[in-house]
Amino acid sequence: MTQDTTFHHGDPQAATQPIIKMQNIEKHFGNIIALAGVSFDVRPGECHCLLGDNGAGKSTFIKTMSGVHKPTKGTITIDDQPMNFDSPRDAMEAGIATVFQDLAMIPLMSVTRNFFMGREPVKGRKPFRRMDVEMMNETAVEEMRKMGINLRGPDQAVGTLSGGERQTVAIARAVYFGARVLILDEPTSALGVRQTSNVLATIDRVRKQGVGVVFISHNVRHALAVGDRFTVLNRGKTLGTAERGDITPEQLQDLMAGGQEMAQLEGSLGGTV
Amino acid sequence: MADAAQTVDDERLKKEGLGARLMKRPELGAIAGVILVTTFFLITADSSMFTLSGIMNFMTPAAQLGILAIGAAMLMIGGEFDLSIGSMVAFAGLIFGACVVTLGLPLILAIPLTLAVAAGLGALNGTIVLKTGLPSFIVTLAFLFILRGASLVGLKLASGGSTQLRGVRDAVEGDWLAPMFSGDAFGPVFAWLAQVGVIDTFKNGTPKVPGIPVEILWFVALALVATYVLLRTPQGNWVFASGGDRTAASNSGVPVRKVKISLFMVTAMCGALVAIITVMDAGSTDARRGFMKEFEAIIAAVIGGCLLTGGYGSAIGAFFGAIIFGMVTIGLTYTNFDQDWFQIFLGGMLLIAVLFNNYIRKRVTGER
Ligand SMILES: Nc1ncnc2c1ncn2[C@@H]1O[C@H](COP(=O)(O)OP(=O)(O)OP(=O)(O)O)[C@@H](O)[C@H]1O
Ligand SMILES: [Mg+2]
Repeated sequence: MTQDTTFHHGDPQAATQPIIKMQNIEKHFGNIIALAGVSFDVRPGECHCLLGDNGAGKSTFIKTMSGVHKPTKGTITIDDQPMNFDSPRDAMEAGIATVFQDLAMIPLMSVTRNFFMGREPVKGRKPFRRMDVEMMNETAVEEMRKMGINLRGPDQAVGTLSGGERQTVAIARAVYFGARVLILDEPTSALGVRQTSNVLATIDRVRKQGVGVVFISHNVRHALAVGDRFTVLNRGKTLGTAERGDITPEQLQDLMAGGQEMAQLEGSLGGTV
Repeated sequence: MADAAQTVDDERLKKEGLGARLMKRPELGAIAGVILVTTFFLITADSSMFTLSGIMNFMTPAAQLGILAIGAAMLMIGGEFDLSIGSMVAFAGLIFGACVVTLGLPLILAIPLTLAVAAGLGALNGTIVLKTGLPSFIVTLAFLFILRGASLVGLKLASGGSTQLRGVRDAVEGDWLAPMFSGDAFGPVFAWLAQVGVIDTFKNGTPKVPGIPVEILWFVALALVATYVLLRTPQGNWVFASGGDRTAASNSGVPVRKVKISLFMVTAMCGALVAIITVMDAGSTDARRGFMKEFEAIIAAVIGGCLLTGGYGSAIGAFFGAIIFGMVTIGLTYTNFDQDWFQIFLGGMLLIAVLFNNYIRKRVTGER
């Protein structure tokens, strides 16, 4: 496996204070313990990869970070201020934008309406305040183009987009609104080669602007391409956090598979995984 | 929404004809329905149906239903139902009647009070639906009976044993707010039009149509406001989003709970507005007021392009849906057909509308 070194990686971030800090987060769904005490933080200008097997609790964890779930136990602090998100809206107001694994798109609504859903720009005075439709359409098309997708029209319903196009709308939207923290839950799972490298390049770009990125992926190469730190979750717990350079791709891959030896499997598949 | 300039030329985009673009509008079916029904009555009905007084004749019931239908349509787009609006008309009628007759309140107090009670009940409906996660269908079905029963019980209390409360007309006589909610508007204009001979008059020179019944003005105004809100304001976007996919909307920062409860309140207040207008018009209120109107309102909304699954539809569609209703109900009296064809006609319209909407939805979402 070759290490992708196309992207510039920031200096060691140890000196900078984290933007958001999650401590001993637990999340129970009835009798299911989805998270059993996970600690995690994101510093400005870094890409912190969250890795782990299916069902490890990655999505559940980032959902507590983006206000969808309230943690059963544990604390969330932003700039050392304790936070208590009641809804995703609260998290957004704190500058956190998320690409959810299920994308959170409404198929019957147009690309533009989906793009700005919940955060519509307005113009005009109070009783006649209305959505700035032209600006919305232009922005949606422009942001999608930056991600390498030419929309046929901003009023196209999201339901008629391909899976990857839909994923790109969700990413473009989060990048556009992710003022401080950008969370991407398997954003590249449906993307083509060009769009994937576009997304990785975008992560690099927003990171340089000082945004903290949380990147979830099952693909070691993608993670290594942009990650500054790697935290591995397994069965609701952290297996540990590694700095870039302190860990080999092989070690990381083993960790991602839940700590089990991937070597045998890899051997039997002829090293293609 | 002319975006042609912003979109790059795409060789994978066929030129979309006007027809295909129109097909994507939710209200198209209802407009086609209006044309169809109009043509039908132009052929079969007495020509007096489409004189000014004939039009007012069918627009008045259309407006009374349409005010409900616009509320129902907004709520349906938001992904919920309210089966209690018909009973709400009766209950709000009781509250209003009791305010003006029993308590002797002026309209400036009685009307806000009635609207507030309705809004409170709407909020209660909505809160129960959202707190329990039960389908709104079943929760509001309970309120259909509760409110109807409460209207009966309350009327007997307020009127001393009868199921009718009379004396509203005397009570509101001379109230400065009354012209906004009852009678005809633009009377002087119509008198002048009659004088110059533009509109028909009776023998004594008074115009046959003394003005536009106020409910028609409310109906048009509500349709315009609702359409504007739905298409041009963030709140409208939230309504579509909440109805389209609740979780996705909430995860994207839409305050789904607030949106839905507000919609329940608006729908209930539409019921109260119809109650106020019709009670003042009739001069009394009774427990049968608004009977079956919940179904008619939902049918009008569906004919207007609302999907039963939420997230799609239009207020202007419900506007035309209600006009179709009014035309069919009243129009049959201008023909040689038996009045009882009415229900068959409506059932048929509903079925066609649902099939048509289903087809449209598939086109919009791209499923085939
Ligand atoms: N709402 C819920 N109710 C009950 N259990 C849940 C709920 N959400 C998640 N879980 C459980 O929590 C565990 C972690 O799920 P989660 O979606 O966080 O996994 P993941 O790491 O994102 O997996 P994947 O890589 O497949 O996306 C799973 O066992 C799942 O069944
Ligand atoms: Mg997941």
